[in-house]
Order: sequence, then structure tokens, then C-alpha cells
Amino acid sequence: MTTRFTKDHEWIRIEGDVAVVGITAYAAEQLGDVVFVELPEIGKSVAQGGEMAVVESVKAASEVYAPATGEIVAVNDALEGEPAKVNDAPEGEGWFVKMKLSAPAELDAMMDEAAYKAHIA
Amino acid sequence: MADEANLQKTPLYDLHVELGAKMVPFAGYAMPVQYDGVMAEHNHTRAAAGLFDVSHMGQARVTGDEAALEALITADLAALGAGEQKYTLLLNDEGGIMDDLMVSRPDDSGLFMVVNAACKTSDFAHMRSRFGDRAQLHELTDRALLALQGPQAGAVMADLCPDAARLVFMQAGAFSLAGHDVLISRSGYTGEDGFEISVLAGEADALARRLLADERVKPIGLGARDSLRLEAGLCLYGHDMDETITPVEASLVWALAKSRRERADFPGAARILAQIANGAEKKRVGILPGDRAPAREGTEIVVEGESVGVVTSGGFGPTVGAPVAMGYVRADLAKPGQSVELMVRGKARPAVIAKTPFAPHRFHRG
Repeated sequence: MTTRFTKDHEWIRIEGDVAVVGITAYAAEQLGDVVFVELPEIGKSVAQGGEMAVVESVKAASEVYAPATGEIVAVNDALEGEPAKVNDAPEGEGWFVKMKLSAPAELDAMMDEAAYKAHIA
Repeated sequence: MADEANLQKTPLYDLHVELGAKMVPFAGYAMPVQYDGVMAEHNHTRAAAGLFDVSHMGQARVTGDEAALEALITADLAALGAGEQKYTLLLNDEGGIMDDLMVSRPDDSGLFMVVNAACKTSDFAHMRSRFGDRAQLHELTDRALLALQGPQAGAVMADLCPDAARLVFMQAGAFSLAGHDVLISRSGYTGEDGFEISVLAGEADALARRLLADERVKPIGLGARDSLRLEAGLCLYGHDMDETITPVEASLVWALAKSRRERADFPGAARILAQIANGAEKKRVGILPGDRAPAREGTEIVVEGESVGVVTSGGFGPTVGAPVAMGYVRADLAKPGQSVELMVRGKARPAVIAKTPFAPHRFHRG
């Protein structure tokens, strides 16, 4: 499954019947050293573009928005002890949440990797 | 966001850009917020030596009757000997803090002051208006200011200017540093040993490059400057204090010279001495969040559901390895060890009032 991207620098990737969500390598680079990630409660419903998480660097706190509408079914608890995973592997071990999508077609309108690369260029 | 085109540039602007700094607007200047990253720069300063461009700060000389300046601040200038520097406060008539500043007597050419960038215009206007004809304020707009900070700063300085390396904490003098005539004080804003170096604007780039040629020295941006000073428990003007705050509330009574306190001849003396005698309603304290969530400026401080104060500076302390903060709480809750809660994004998180500094000061006291 290909990964899709938002203009706010989140990525979303379908894995089986859930979608995995995180922030892009570009976003992690812009933030600098991540020291804390506030993740949503499991079971929470989020709307596309709504506030989903907060990521904090040494200097500032930044909102992370839900790339798609759905329910949070898992969060990456490892980020509590090792928030630096967001810098080390933003599109791998540094994932934020897993979602059950209620409108998978929302992904069709999102950027693919090539379009995202052009967006941040 | 300030209009980028209207931002002033320090004499080191081209060097910052060349070094790959991320430039941001700060107090009307384009300033480097980071080069390699805040965490790496913070840690390098605590481990070796960092070079900071603080040319945006205001520098001035005062000549004439020094009592005209003394009347506006909390230092005893008659007791300020040759080669000495003091941290002092500029107070308004109500005893509120207009600025915090360094005043020194580095040579025979009068007092030398360094004030905050965001306050310099108002500070100097206030001083000139109160001086009248008694004293003269000469703003040194042709000078840059560099800070060399960290445990290796002394060794770096010793290689270039052994005389300046013999200064101890809060001493100042005029020196020749790598061929440049400079004013140097042994002080800073990181809690580490180090120096602040005032140099002619036209020579700043060459001096900065000479200092950076030493492999122990790396350029450090405003991001790490903020995390370093916060861990050191040092106030940031406009955040941890302002014109509505007295030195007693700001926990800065130590900056009030004993002789001035005895003479009760500083601005707002009646109010401030009454607060010293009877206590103030609120006090600046250190705060250690109990979990990993940083509590930023503006975070409400709560005890048993009641609002008792606010965070004025907060973030992550790389040396501490955890979030650190400072803020104001009701005076009866200001004792280290007091449990409080911090309202971070609507959620109460446990924290404790703590002693500052969070990272021990390592000044060179000789």
C-alpha cells in the first residue's frame, strides 16, 4: 500500500484493516529534537483535519492533525519513553497512532510521495 | 511575525547565514535560532564552549555624575570598583522592573552597561530623561557583543588573551583579543563559566571567525540560549518579569545592594521594603513537572482546583533530561517541595516547586 501525505506534513498508510499515521521526515526535521508526544485516547473519534496529537520539541509545542476521519484503535506507547524515535524513524518506528477509517475514500484526494516531495521542495 | 524586510541585521548576519543558521525575527533583529539543532548546541555549550551573537543587546557608556544612574537602579555604584561588574535592575517609580542589566567599570572611560534588546530604546530614553544635565548616556551602536560560554571557555580565552583569562566571575576589563581592542567581562547567561566580549562592529566578523577556528568552540543559537538560561534559573525579561513585578516578587532581592536597602533610596523603596518585611503576595519559583510533558509559558498552576499562579518560562531541559519551568505562585505555596498541578492542554499534570538552578552554576570564582 502506498503512503499518502497531507499538506500539514502527516503521513497515512493502510496496513491490513487499519491505517497507520505519523509525521513526515520533513516535519520531524523542521521540529528538531522531539522531547514529548501527547497521543489521543484509544477509542477516540477524530475528524479529518481535527486535532489529534501534540508533538513537543525543546523549543515549542506543535499540533498534529488527523489526516483522515475515523477511530483511534492503537497508539505508539514507545514514544512515551523514547520520543526521539520521531526524529530517528519518523515514517517507521516513530509512528503515532493506528486508525480505523470511516471514509477511506478521503485518501484518494491526498498527495502521493511524488506530490508531497514537490509540496515541500 | 515581524516584517522580514524591516529586520535589523547584526554585524554577524552573513556569518550566521554562511554557517547554515535558521534565522528568525527576535526583538526587531534577524537572529540565528539554531545551527545544528537546539539539543546538540545546548549540550555542546555544557560540555565544551559555545559562541553566541548577542549584538542585538543594547550597549552604552554613562559619564558624568554616576549618582544620576544609581538613583534609577539597585546597585551601589560608589562601591563598584575598577574592573568590577554587577547585575542590577532598572526600576520604575513604583518599584516595577523596567529591565535587568549588567553595569561595569572596565576602564577609565566611565560605566559600561549592557541592557536587553527589547528594552534598549525605552531604557535609554528613561535614563536620558532622568539624567538631565547631570550625566551623559552614550549608546554604543557601533559595537557588537559576543558571548563565549562553557567549561572550556577559559582555556580558549587563555590561548588568545591570557590576561582576560585571569578575570574571575563578574570582573571586567579592556583587553587586546587576537588583535582587537575589546571589553571583556567574565559572565554570561548560561550558568556556565564564560565571557561577554564587546567589539567594534567592523571587527566582529573577524573575531567571531577567530574564536570559531578553535575546535572547542561551536556557534550557538537563541534556542539553546533559552534552554541554557532556563536550566540556570535566570530570568528572561518580558516573560519572567516585567514592569508590574517587583524584585521581591521576582525573587531577585539579592540584586538589591545592602547599602541601597539601608538607605532606602531606590525607586519604589517604600513598596519594596514593605514587601521584604511583610512578604509579597506572589513569588517567582522553579517548577519541575512530574512527567514528560513540558509546561510552556502561560500554563496555569493549580492547587486543589484553585488557580494559584502561572508558568512564565517552560520547556525541556536537555542537561536535566526532563521538562523544567519557572513561574509565579501564591507566596504561601512557594516553598520547594510544594506539590502543584499544571494545566497542560486542559489536563492537570503533577509538578513540584523546586529550587533553581536546575543545572548547577559553574562560574569561575577564582
